[in-house]
Amino acid sequence: MLNQKDILGLKDMTREEILEILETAKEMKLRIDDSSKRVNEIRGCSIVSLFYENSTRTKTSFSLAGKYLGATVQDLGVGTSSVKKGESLIDTGKTLDQMGVEIMVMRHSMTGAPHILAKNVSAHVINAGDGSNEHPTQALLDLFTISEYKKSFEGLKIAIIGDISHSRVARSNVFGLSKLGAKVTLAGPSTLLGGSGLLGVKTTPDVKEAVKDADVVMGLRIQFERQKTTAFPDLAEYRELFGINKEILKYAKKDVLIMHPGPVNRGIELSTDIIDGENSVINIQVKNGVAVRMAILKLLYEGGKK
Amino acid sequence: MKILIQNGQVIDPASQTNEIKDILVEEGCIVKIEKNITENADKIIDANGCWVTPGFIDVHVHLREPGYEYKETIATGTRSAAKGGFTTICPMPNTNPVCDSDIMVEYIKLKAEREGVVHVLPIGAITKGQQGEELANIGKMAKAGACAISEDGKSVPSSGLLKTAMKYAKMFDIPVLSHCEDIALAGGGSMNAGPAAQLLGLKGISNDSEEVIVARDIILAKSTSSKLHICHMSTKGSVELLRQAKAAGQSVTAEATPHHFTLSDDFITDYDGNTKMNPPLRSKEDVLAICQALKDNTIEIIATDHAPHGVDEKNCEYEKAAFGIVGLETALPLGIKVLVEGGWLTPMELIAKMTYNPAKMLGIEKGTLSVGKAADITIIDPHAEYQIDPATFASKSKNTPFGGFDVKGKVLYTLVDGNVVVENGVLVEDLA
Repeated sequence: MLNQKDILGLKDMTREEILEILETAKEMKLRIDDSSKRVNEIRGCSIVSLFYENSTRTKTSFSLAGKYLGATVQDLGVGTSSVKKGESLIDTGKTLDQMGVEIMVMRHSMTGAPHILAKNVSAHVINAGDGSNEHPTQALLDLFTISEYKKSFEGLKIAIIGDISHSRVARSNVFGLSKLGAKVTLAGPSTLLGGSGLLGVKTTPDVKEAVKDADVVMGLRIQFERQKTTAFPDLAEYRELFGINKEILKYAKKDVLIMHPGPVNRGIELSTDIIDGENSVINIQVKNGVAVRMAILKLLYEGGKK
Repeated sequence: MKILIQNGQVIDPASQTNEIKDILVEEGCIVKIEKNITENADKIIDANGCWVTPGFIDVHVHLREPGYEYKETIATGTRSAAKGGFTTICPMPNTNPVCDSDIMVEYIKLKAEREGVVHVLPIGAITKGQQGEELANIGKMAKAGACAISEDGKSVPSSGLLKTAMKYAKMFDIPVLSHCEDIALAGGGSMNAGPAAQLLGLKGISNDSEEVIVARDIILAKSTSSKLHICHMSTKGSVELLRQAKAAGQSVTAEATPHHFTLSDDFITDYDGNTKMNPPLRSKEDVLAICQALKDNTIEIIATDHAPHGVDEKNCEYEKAAFGIVGLETALPLGIKVLVEGGWLTPMELIAKMTYNPAKMLGIEKGTLSVGKAADITIIDPHAEYQIDPATFASKSKNTPFGGFDVKGKVLYTLVDGNVVVENGVLVEDLA
């Protein structure tokens, strides 16, 4: 059973915990397409989402995951809450705690914000993305998607390409994939690789090298909102040197999976024909996101440490 | 009032005295330093087994008054200083309003006289409002008693303006204390750039953000032949630049803080705001370079950068948390534990960096134990072993990463102008 109070990142999760979530997600996925299979397994569980940063898919995905399991799901609406009056994160958390909330799902532009919240509330806290740190549920849905197509993670070659230094998705995936035995290569302009080499995986500015013999190619969105200074001259140059297109994909394995956490800048990090091509599992990732989040909510509610 | 300090190990860097002697204090001044003084006194302090040293001088503190009295006041900050063995402290000008005029310097001095318990020598800003645009009233501030000028908290962005300030300050024979940080290179980071930041997913502050400005300021001090002192050196590269300048004969000084010679960035394993300071805790290699520079006297001064902050400013999102930690009450024990016990410095060298050297840098008549001088004296039990407990701090703020640290060395007595302010480690006013 998931023996944690919170889900804050894959860095601190064991291989066993990760595999348990993936296993549970399999069953959950069946309930997405067939509403008759939806059981109110966590009826009575009160979930509140606090999104200090914009999101469409993650927020909706969590909300539906909770509802498919019979939970009560409420969004704090950070933009219209007391947060706008200057209430501190800790005070907001304690207030919700008193209202009987069991699970708080939080996204924040600052690294470590969910960790601070978790320390100060008795509710379970799920990190839905913090700054440039981690996005554990995204990585878990990525792992789940890969597991549906590949027999084993052992030795799998994964290329993650794009804005690495600002990417919490890349980081969570590095932690998770490494624990499961996959070999990750991070690629992008040297100015967007940051200190990612320190994570113990291969990094390269050469996209071809990263894609060579890859089982999975994951594109990352260029995060204009997190870049204080320009890391490359313009989009045209980025596309030419680092964009993934059919030409580059020839270097990958035939059955390569094309993934992207979304939202995609079409035609920049991935060419449109690839996004919509037969190797793309980008839409399946979205569905799996709901399944994985259902699994996490169920496991935390039923077995998480209080 | 006569006070006789008996049988202490008198450590005075100026005269290189390091032997057991008695000190007689009368009317606020030292009147005798001899073996076995037999004169009667109103108060006898038995300093057997203790070090008797000049009162410590801290050239870098933040007293937060006026403007941020919820963090610290001149009253609480000077009490914190006294408990830490400091008899003279120099508050940085980043108050609200900024200390950028003779009026502000006068105000802080008056407040300190009225409410403080140690000497306070204000530092004036380099530019008006620390806005980096126009020179502050450096001359008027110097006349009013500012001991130095500094833009602490940031660097003066314009090299041209800084050069003018250096030239101008020279007329009044006050040093420029330089906080070295290139904002664009620091890039909004909140801890040292390196593996620890990578693991925590925090944006890093690179060493070059400090070194670029250290280099610039050394060059400008050279071309203006002015007195430059570099604040809180934290990187190996900064040490190398300084060493090079000194080898070339330039008279530039520098300070290191206890946290920078004690902790490296791998100490930070979670998002506890009490580990956040600027410059950040650096790599082990940098810490070693700082210790080495203290040893070979490339860095001749230890300063605390005492930076009090309210609880809520630390207990929040790490990236939002304020930079800085309190340091007055932990400086000596960390110095003894890390530098003396660690074999980097002799007791004499440690004391010199906290007394005589800062006095020399500021050009003030303090930091020595000699007959005729004001009796600013600190008495230390160098053997006392204990755990740091922030709850006991006299400072209004308790923001320190050193809570629970095992340390060695305790300030037992602090005398300011011959008045016993701290006795047996406790503020005398609390004993009454």
